[in-house]
Amino acid sequence: MSGKDKGGVMSKLAETGKHIRSSQAWSSIFRPGSPFRDGYSDTPRNRSYVIMNNVLYHLHPVKVKRHGVRLSYTLCLGGMSFFLFILLTITGIFLMFYYRPTSPQAFLDIQALATDITFGQVVRNMHRWGAHAMVLTVFLHMARVFYHGAYKPPREFNWVVGIMLLLLTLLLSFTGYLLPWDQLAVWAVTVGSNMGRYAPVIGEQVSFALIGGTQITPDTLLRWYVLHVLFLPFIIVIFMAVHFWRVRKDGGISGPL
Amino acid sequence: MAGLPEHLLRRSAEAKAKATGRSVDEILAEMKGETPPAPATAAPTGESGSARDLTKEAADLGVPQDLLRRAMIARAKADGTPLPTEAGAAPAAAAAVAPVAAGSPAPMPAIPEGVRTQRLLTVVKAGSIQQTKREPADKVNTWPHLLAIEFVALLVLSGLLFVFSIYVDAPLLEFANFNQQPNPSKAPWYFLGLQELLSYFDPMVAGIIIPGYGLAALAFIPYLDRNPSVRPSDRKLAIMIFTFFVMGAAILTTYGSFFRGPGFNFTFPWVDGIWFDF
Ligand code: HEM
Repeated sequence: MSGKDKGGVMSKLAETGKHIRSSQAWSSIFRPGSPFRDGYSDTPRNRSYVIMNNVLYHLHPVKVKRHGVRLSYTLCLGGMSFFLFILLTITGIFLMFYYRPTSPQAFLDIQALATDITFGQVVRNMHRWGAHAMVLTVFLHMARVFYHGAYKPPREFNWVVGIMLLLLTLLLSFTGYLLPWDQLAVWAVTVGSNMGRYAPVIGEQVSFALIGGTQITPDTLLRWYVLHVLFLPFIIVIFMAVHFWRVRKDGGISGPL
Repeated sequence: MAGLPEHLLRRSAEAKAKATGRSVDEILAEMKGETPPAPATAAPTGESGSARDLTKEAADLGVPQDLLRRAMIARAKADGTPLPTEAGAAPAAAAAVAPVAAGSPAPMPAIPEGVRTQRLLTVVKAGSIQQTKREPADKVNTWPHLLAIEFVALLVLSGLLFVFSIYVDAPLLEFANFNQQPNPSKAPWYFLGLQELLSYFDPMVAGIIIPGYGLAALAFIPYLDRNPSVRPSDRKLAIMIFTFFVMGAAILTTYGSFFRGPGFNFTFPWVDGIWFDF
């Protein structure tokens, strides 16, 4: 029977797998309690170790409230905002390889994504749709937090941090909007940034500093590029770190209602 | 065990019932303190008045009997009170108690090689030193319960985004031309509510005062809303106000996006088409 031969291959494979898993290199990577480690068994102790002995411990406690993991409680909206941010970072780095923030090169580079670069168009699409989706999920996350009254003590400050995250998300989206340097980009940004010009006392100055002049020019492009790929992500990551930390320090997820 | 949620007690009782083969109700009643625990019914007899039953106490606390006795004697000495009698200590249990009482050394149990023994210096009864306020909560392990959900959510989200991006291309219009303003010119969709306001009010009001105060009010919600309850039925006003503003923003945004055509004039999207790009 051919099954016998297969069995031989399979047992060889299993043996090799076991050999690798019991090697020193392997067990130096996967700390005790890791499901990938040799001899892992599904015990309460190991379930704790999976988190505790792992970099995930920076994000998650070992145990969470039962109702908090129900999809219907958070709708995963905060988590999705974070996932989208990660996806946007990955696709954004890909785009940076092909994009030069000068005029007219910026426009040409975006055009070339569709024609010259493998997966260029689909990655650009993911970056753009992901960005719109993130604005939406962050907003909906805020609404869900409101309707749960999850901003009440001791979580007041995390709500304020959240508002900063909402603002930063909008700014990230808005600065990215200019980068394709097409008619849509420059006029949408012109209209959008004209609104801010009327702010009393500082309006003119802030607008001048952000746009790099009195109207949008190629200088604006470079400035917004740096804001978009470096400055704002840097700031939002700091705020996210505080946000996640406070979720835990405020006693984990709120509720149940 | 008062104060524990009923369903937690029940779950624990069920597990115990499975392990010991007794009935759930019996164990549940015992946990709630409605009936004395089963082993106690078979406890030594001869309990009387103020007498302390050291055998039982020792079993309850999980502390060696002679330590308890020593503590009892010490306390009596310090208080200057006479030693309380020990239940069953006088005649029958004398054999067990005698060695300590009489000062003759008890036969030491053999300690295996390499095992360290510790002396218990003090017995701290229930009621801990630290006052923790944490309420017992129903918790589950993050792994696998939360991580699995997050992982699936990540896969689904990435999958949806990928498939959507294969079929729908991001817009790219002609090269930027500063001399030719498209008509209409629209801000990104999340600002279209504001742009819509701008067509009713002067820029100072629509562009600065409303969004500025709106944002400040949003940020200060936790400090303005002093109602401690999170029950929807207790927060009707807060929910109404918030919903009013969210719906207002949604309506303005939809209106500015779909119902505004050339010259930012009113159109029906199904008549004149859609005048905005993502
Ligand atoms: C980049 C944007 C944001 C990210 C990545 C983010 C992420 C998260 C995550 C992962 C949680 C855990 C619970 C959940 O998934 O719902 C959370 C909770 C929370 N978020 Fe956000 N968030 C963001 C923006 C906001 C905004 C705009 C607000 C409100 C103005 C906010 C306020 C809160 C509060 C108060 C909690 C605690 C909720 C609770 O305990 O139930 N966050 N956030």
